Amino acid sequence: MNIIGIDILSFLVVAPALVALALLFVPNKWVARVVALVGAAFIGGVAAAVFFGYNSATPGFQLVIQVPWFTLLGSSWHVGIDGVSAAMILLTGLLTPLAVLVSWEIDDRANTHLALILFFETGLMGVFVVLDLMQFFLFYELSLVPMYFIINQWGGPNRKYASTKFFIYSLGGSLGMLLATQLIGGSAGTFDMTVLANPTTGWPAFTGAEGTFLGIPVGTVKSLAFLGFFVAFCIKVPVWPFHTWLPDAHSEAPTAGSMLLAGVMLKLGAYGFLRIVIPFFPDIWAGPLNILGIETTWAQIFALLALMGVVFGAFAAFGQTDIKRLVAYSSVNHMGFVAMGLAVAALVYGRTVLEGTVDPQLNESAIMATNGAVLQMFNHGLSSAGMFLLAGAIYHKTHTRDMTQYGGLWVKAPIYGGVFIFMSMASLGLPGLNGFVSEFLVVRGSWMVFTVMTAIAMIGLLFTGSYILKGIRAVLQGPFNMHWKDYDLEITGRELIAVAPLMVLILITGVAPNWILSVINATVTRIFGG
Amino acid sequence: MDLGQFLSDANNLAWLIPVGPLLAFLVITLITNKATLVSADEGGHYADHNHPAYPGLKVPVVADWSRVASIVVGMSGVIAAWLISIAVVTNAAGVADFGKYVLESSVRWMDTGAGGFSMGVLVDPATVAMLIMVPLACTLIFIYSIGYMAHDPRQARFFSLIALFSGAMLTLVVADNLLLLFVGWEIMGLCSFMLIGFWFEKPSAYKAAVKAFTTTRVADVIMLLGIAYLYAVTGTLSFREIVYNVEVLEGLAELPAIIIPGLSAAGLIGICLIIGTIGKSAQFPLHVWLPDAMEGPTPVSAMIHAAAMVSAGIFALLRMFPLFEAGGHPHDGVYTPPLLLMAIAGSLTAIFAATIALAQNDVKKVLAYSTISQLGFMVAALGIGAFVAAFFHLLTHAFFKALLFMASGSVIHGMEHGEHHVHHHAHDDEDEHDHAHETPLLAAESHGHDAHDTASHDAHGHDAHGHGEHTAHAPHFDPQDMMNMGGLRKTMPVTFITFLIGGLSLAGFPLVTAGFWSKDEILLDAWYGVTNGYGPHALVFVLLAISAFLTAFYTMRQIGLTFMGEARTEEAKHANLGRGVVAFTMTLPLVVLAFFAIFAGFVGVHPDFPIFGSIFSPNGNPFFDFITTSLAVKPEKVGFYWVPVLTSFAVGLGGIGLGYLMYWRKPLVAGQEDPLVKILGTTLHTTLKNKYYFDELYTIIFILPAQWFSKNVAYEFLDKGVIDGTLHFTGRLFTWIGDFIKVMNAWLIDGFGDGLSEMIGRAGIWFRRMQSGSVQQYLLIVALAAIVIVIVFALSTGVLQAAP
Repeated sequence: MNIIGIDILSFLVVAPALVALALLFVPNKWVARVVALVGAAFIGGVAAAVFFGYNSATPGFQLVIQVPWFTLLGSSWHVGIDGVSAAMILLTGLLTPLAVLVSWEIDDRANTHLALILFFETGLMGVFVVLDLMQFFLFYELSLVPMYFIINQWGGPNRKYASTKFFIYSLGGSLGMLLATQLIGGSAGTFDMTVLANPTTGWPAFTGAEGTFLGIPVGTVKSLAFLGFFVAFCIKVPVWPFHTWLPDAHSEAPTAGSMLLAGVMLKLGAYGFLRIVIPFFPDIWAGPLNILGIETTWAQIFALLALMGVVFGAFAAFGQTDIKRLVAYSSVNHMGFVAMGLAVAALVYGRTVLEGTVDPQLNESAIMATNGAVLQMFNHGLSSAGMFLLAGAIYHKTHTRDMTQYGGLWVKAPIYGGVFIFMSMASLGLPGLNGFVSEFLVVRGSWMVFTVMTAIAMIGLLFTGSYILKGIRAVLQGPFNMHWKDYDLEITGRELIAVAPLMVLILITGVAPNWILSVINATVTRIFGG
Repeated sequence: MDLGQFLSDANNLAWLIPVGPLLAFLVITLITNKATLVSADEGGHYADHNHPAYPGLKVPVVADWSRVASIVVGMSGVIAAWLISIAVVTNAAGVADFGKYVLESSVRWMDTGAGGFSMGVLVDPATVAMLIMVPLACTLIFIYSIGYMAHDPRQARFFSLIALFSGAMLTLVVADNLLLLFVGWEIMGLCSFMLIGFWFEKPSAYKAAVKAFTTTRVADVIMLLGIAYLYAVTGTLSFREIVYNVEVLEGLAELPAIIIPGLSAAGLIGICLIIGTIGKSAQFPLHVWLPDAMEGPTPVSAMIHAAAMVSAGIFALLRMFPLFEAGGHPHDGVYTPPLLLMAIAGSLTAIFAATIALAQNDVKKVLAYSTISQLGFMVAALGIGAFVAAFFHLLTHAFFKALLFMASGSVIHGMEHGEHHVHHHAHDDEDEHDHAHETPLLAAESHGHDAHDTASHDAHGHDAHGHGEHTAHAPHFDPQDMMNMGGLRKTMPVTFITFLIGGLSLAGFPLVTAGFWSKDEILLDAWYGVTNGYGPHALVFVLLAISAFLTAFYTMRQIGLTFMGEARTEEAKHANLGRGVVAFTMTLPLVVLAFFAIFAGFVGVHPDFPIFGSIFSPNGNPFFDFITTSLAVKPEKVGFYWVPVLTSFAVGLGGIGLGYLMYWRKPLVAGQEDPLVKILGTTLHTTLKNKYYFDELYTIIFILPAQWFSKNVAYEFLDKGVIDGTLHFTGRLFTWIGDFIKVMNAWLIDGFGDGLSEMIGRAGIWFRRMQSGSVQQYLLIVALAAIVIVIVFALSTGVLQAAP
């Protein structure tokens, strides 16, 4: 399958950059807006075609293209998708045109702004389709640059600090990742992730020459490589305590930037765990680890960090008065559930590889937890993008993010109020909407593996309710603040069009999740050999 | 799928029950809810107890066509649900050996590994019993809302929300598994949040809404754990596969619980699920939300607190009852931890809430505490294994409590009407109720009142509400305060008679009311255990008997204060519902429910009860025989004892008699103190009036620390302080190292010759030109460079050529 002579997955990567390039030469902002929207929508359509064309009954990667690229290093242009990447591609393809539509509100250098958004999409799509470790790293880094400029140039009052923090934080993680990529590629002689991921012949089975590589014991090499990836992806997800770039970046970014940051960029980290860290390092995840005399495993430590994210993320969100910071911290809270699911997956996958046997009950738990984590990635993409859209909508009209300045806005903005409550409830995980399905799966999956931590995570779930209600209360309820008497606070038609697809998908996924879950489940089940 | 074929299968019909209200919700929300912008100064829509005045603001008011359309759509939805329910019940009646064979239908909902999770509907005897009560009650509440909400500026939103509420409740009723039940359960929670806070400008309303949602959520997250655990160990959540399956139950009872020693899996799961109900059905210690929830419009109170949501909590317990019982047998005095939890929590709640109800003066708050107390009866009954009695009481209570709530709503409406009358001195006696609301003069006057409500909570200082004109009315008149009432039987006779019927049923007036029969069944079951020397049975019997006495007393007190004697205020003197559509829609449901409040009890009379048993239960207790078929193991029948029957007589009549003596024979006159204060003593009375200070206690122990922790520890200390502090420190450290190296370099370079420095100088000028300071320029360079890289890279990989 190919489009204008390019295979469809490569098209998804290249096309946004081409549109972005074209946009740079469009001086008229209305032409630029229309071009960007049409382009992004078309790419979104292709992404949807890829998702719905994906056949979950066929094992292995699909739409695979492998062309030699940097043969000296053993790196190739290798793309292909499984159920997890298909879902992520769909999410990226869906959110970009919506973000473009929202960013029509920006008049200042509109074409550049839109070009950066599309350029950002190239980085995201690249990460989700490539199967080559080197290129994974390239695209992973590539996504950083446009977002830096989006925040730095079009952000809120504190944008310089936020963008620098975002950039340095991410780059700090990337350094280790670069090292790890080199170590793995150099030692194994290939960057092909499908080869490296094989537990018996790939990187997990790597022993080096007489147990050493470049004179360093292989165990140390592996630990170093693991740490490099672990920290980089923890920063991206973000896993507590690597999360403090997020509230600043999210709250200072312009609306479209926040939507894509929270909606897709955070998933790069989670995707990295699933695609690289879990399959490459089963022995480190599940092997015994002794810290201060306490017998534990890396997976357990990861679960603990995830738990901290769930609980402290919720508390910190509850402690905010800035609406965008509140929503930003809700991401820490929600991505904590993703990390929790991944921790279960890591432990069970690691044990399976180490011991060579499959405990059926643990395996079932791991499948559910991983399903939940991946679905939660998708769901959080929808609901957080929606929440940022709504927070941005009200910020754009009032020019303040301070929730104490709002109050009773429901009177003047009844439609906005309804949409806001819907999105809030999706974020809260109301049964019948999408977030519940994934959170339930994670809880179900982790209960038998990390019982106590799952129980404590319920505190986070409780405070999710508290901060969501705090948001609703501050924005919509209470007597109307007469300061906004002459403002038009109602959601605009353009914003409504941008949020409507999210609402529809949130509802559909909540009522009948199998349209996407069956795709994810097929892949996940194969990972665990079920 | 062929719809006709799908529906011709009786198993599938139940799918459609929630569809009507849910569709109505969607249609009203998306289509018929249309408002017009009206200046708040005109029309008076925004100038009553529930909305601030908003001088000079254009406010949305539901358009007239939208009001009618929303009523039509909402009513169609709920009536459709009712008719389909009747059809389903009829179908169920045709199933041979119903209970063992049921109507069920399910579809694959999600894939989980190699297997999957199915969602579906189930119609067994328990469902049928609920399908007789719930849709009927919902329909009546809709009818009542037509009148009650007729003048609200957001009436269409109200109908959409109660439609969603009904849809969620019906989903819960027909659910075939615990997860779908939980879905309905939580959506009802959302609706209750929205409806309690319906008048969202009122601080008391939104605070109550947040409180209700948060308190129930405490319980819900624990319940979620229970559900996840149950799913993990059994691989299913289907009711039939778990609670109708003796092997699964035995397995759960024998499996030791995860982490907690000495408890079985069934025990731990049971406790988690029961905690869910403790929140939802407002049992001690999570009862605090329900009384505050009275801030919502009265039809909501009737729906949430009588017919639907709190009953859903009990219904969930009934559904899962065999799980709680697994491993024990209360009939033989063998209790499991979940059963003991229910027996203790339920009976304590029953008496605790009943004592608080004694000292409340708000007409709806009395009913709120009475609801908590009656739900305690049901939970306690389940704790001693009295499954049938608990179910019976659930149904009768739903009818008479919905009646009482709606009748009290009529009283409040009447009092508000009286208030308008008093304040509008030129009021014409011929004036219809509807007019009263729309007279501009009236609106202006009552708007003065409202400023009182909102101004004090208004953080933004826009106190332009015209304080001057209302100073004369202070203190604020409360139309719900029973001390302001009295003598309403004369002006509101239909409300009085129906309220009396509901009240007597609640009080358990012997033999002729539904409440008597269901309460008697509970006491009978408890007494059976007492005769065998079982402790928990004895606890339940004693506490419930005392509670029943208190119930009868406070009910009589309420009716006495409201309807008896002479009017204690001018407003009460003029309280009435007026005539016309509003009055009709608000009294019709009362009459229908009054019928059930009397006759619903005769379906479950003990067969050995003298005279009545032979009339109503000649072939055994019909309710017992029907409802127990939904259990795999039928509970034993309890014989007939005189002690509990006489106890029922004594506490019912005793309470009624005492209330009669204190509040009917010598009705309070204006300004007189409640005689109860003297009897109980001021300290005790104040403690009761302040609900044992639970709200204050929770604020100190939970709410304030949580807020403090969130802001100061989780955010300021951890994130801003420790984590960011470390980062900033690292950043500064590197800057310092960088500066140091720079200085060193400058010093070293100085040592070199002039030529080098000149070269550097030139390079500097060149760089300066590059560094135009224009970030756009950088940006463009970076973007172009990156794009060039992408293209080169794309070409070099041969992507363009390689595509097949």
